Amino acid sequence: MEIQTKKEANATVVTITGRLDAVTAPVYEKAVIELITAGELKLIVDFDSLDYISSAGLRGLLVTAKQLKGKGGQVRCANVKGTVKEVFDISGFGSIFQMDDSVADSLAKLA
Amino acid sequence: MAPISEKMHCAAILEKLNELIEFVEECADRFGLETKKKFGLLVAVEEAFVNICSYAYPDGEGEAEISCATEGDAFVFEIADHGRPFDVLSLPDPDITLDVMDREIGGLGVYFIRKLTDDVSYRRENGRNILRMVLKRREDGNP
Repeated sequence: MEIQTKKEANATVVTITGRLDAVTAPVYEKAVIELITAGELKLIVDFDSLDYISSAGLRGLLVTAKQLKGKGGQVRCANVKGTVKEVFDISGFGSIFQMDDSVADSLAKLA
Repeated sequence: MAPISEKMHCAAILEKLNELIEFVEECADRFGLETKKKFGLLVAVEEAFVNICSYAYPDGEGEAEISCATEGDAFVFEIADHGRPFDVLSLPDPDITLDVMDREIGGLGVYFIRKLTDDVSYRRENGRNILRMVLKRREDGNP
């Protein structure tokens, strides 16, 4: 898995590539918690290049979403599709996260 | 499609996850498991292995034994550990309707195992916990 972060005018976009599983989820959590600790309150997670997610990956998303919400922040998920979307849907995560069809959509909704 | 009968074993530690997933994926590809079903299988395999890594050997390290086989038009994956008797399928499903703030962190793994396989069963045999998952080759049931 690779994580890239990009600061936009009103949010930080976190792009995850590869696999978000039991091995890589802690790396994701650490990176996002660093962003939150540094004061970022609006996050967009871009799933466009993510091939795989398991319950450990979802747990990582949940931990960071709870932290953000606790501080009054927001997270939106962009480009969740294919098999990753299926895992979101069967877990109910598809309805508890804010989902958008593109990063541009997410940015517009956080503006 | 040739029948498959492959086994591997490895230390029950997360560092072995990738090796295990590659092994199962290679078997599933040879079997011709539909892509969507293969993805479900790999998630279920990770969940089962992570459970063993986390809970099977509280007093130290142990092993996981894995086998991939075919039964007619179904792919059969088994994973075993030598830990104390424990049926992971006895765990209740999480409440998947709760809001983000109310969601329990955890409990989803076994739910995924149930939802992403066509059949799953537990048995205790020769001092081992064995979890067996069966997936039909294709969703529509045609060979």
